[in-house]
Amino acid sequence: MKFVDEYRDSEVIKQLLGAIKHQLDDIPPRCRPWQIMEVCGGHTRAIYRFGLDKLLPKEIEFIHGPGCPVCVLPIQVIDQAFALALKPDVILCSYGDVMRVPGSSGSLIQAREQGADVRIVYSPRDALAVALNNPERQVVFLAIGFETTIPATAATLLAADKRQVSNFHLLVHHVCIEPPLLALLEEKDTAIDAFIAPGHVSTITGALPYLSVAATYHKPVVISGFEPADILQSTLMLLRQLQRGKAEVENQYTRAVQVFGNRAAQTTIDRVFELAETTEWRGLGKLRHSGYQLVKAYQRFDATRLISTPDQEETVDHTPCHCADVLCGKLTPDECPLFGRACKPTHPAGALMVSEEGACAAHWQYRQQEVEL
Amino acid sequence: MCLALPGKLLHITDAENGLALADCGGVRREVDISCLLLEHPNTPLEGRWVLFHVGFALALIDEVEAKQTLALIAELDGQPANSTHLELPGTDK
Repeated sequence: MKFVDEYRDSEVIKQLLGAIKHQLDDIPPRCRPWQIMEVCGGHTRAIYRFGLDKLLPKEIEFIHGPGCPVCVLPIQVIDQAFALALKPDVILCSYGDVMRVPGSSGSLIQAREQGADVRIVYSPRDALAVALNNPERQVVFLAIGFETTIPATAATLLAADKRQVSNFHLLVHHVCIEPPLLALLEEKDTAIDAFIAPGHVSTITGALPYLSVAATYHKPVVISGFEPADILQSTLMLLRQLQRGKAEVENQYTRAVQVFGNRAAQTTIDRVFELAETTEWRGLGKLRHSGYQLVKAYQRFDATRLISTPDQEETVDHTPCHCADVLCGKLTPDECPLFGRACKPTHPAGALMVSEEGACAAHWQYRQQEVEL
Repeated sequence: MCLALPGKLLHITDAENGLALADCGGVRREVDISCLLLEHPNTPLEGRWVLFHVGFALALIDEVEAKQTLALIAELDGQPANSTHLELPGTDK
């Protein structure tokens, strides 16, 4: 595929690996590896899929960050979606990634087994089409995701509003990339040296969310594309910054990311959403100004209004795993006692084993893959 | 989940509502280009390569920048890794 294959070319990869080894020779040795956090689950999956962790010298270690929206989804949202799905007049539409995430009463797949009308959609536009085709039913779209996905939800809501669709509702759990990064950097035992920032989030946001990571916490950041050559080039750029003692935000993904992002998409987000006071994150707890809620003018689209007695009690996440520690880079996936035993992709105990982009699922899928050099 | 893939914008089907037809990896589908139209009001978009995510256009792909990234890598002074054969496991043949 154009703009994909050329960034997987083995000659290009060899060139980059050589340059990275060269660069490491110029950095004084130290007793622990350079820890680079790839924030986005898409990067995590690419690193495992292409065996980049095995190709790179042992002086470089990737720490898998909190940028997988399925993985940071709190159990309360699954429980709300489950409750909505079981209402007889509701059709619940969701991205496929969320279907198997375990909630207190079960996953959305299990809701479907109990007779709920749960449908997998590719796009929020598809959910709107379901609403238009089923005027007698209430259609709820489970709107999750980072800044990459938020403009699609916002544009769809504006389209629904324009067409005066009254049976289309959003269960919103849209989140921002900056607050979890700052929360991780505030933790005492954080050992992350540098960040590979999510390229597709950045097509919308530009470089803004990472400025304080570099300026306040003195960590180098490179916005990266998702192909092997992109990730290796970004690694090289980070090593150069580390060698020179710099902490800047650089853009490797120049073919798609503008420094100021997509301003029309930012405006579309702001027409529909505003920052909520606090938002719950799996593994990170409540973070201030880290997620979105509908602005007053569009609150009639809020799906929680369909639940007649909203559950005021705080749901406690009893998931018996160490997702939080893996999310924060404190444990590697196989250091979790449940990994590969009580928690596998076929019966996930935690969210990180559900999504293909979760660190545990990617680690499990590619754990025995050999990379030939 | 934030996976986005390049697709070719074939033609704008409904400019007022920001809808277009695109070829995404051989699959033709309707896409929402409303923000792309607002962001690039004076750029001809038909025939351009665009990054799509959940049926929504995120950004135009800059072909000049795409080539420059590869050119920069080709100019690296690092010695190639000591091997003649490298097979990336995830590469589709």
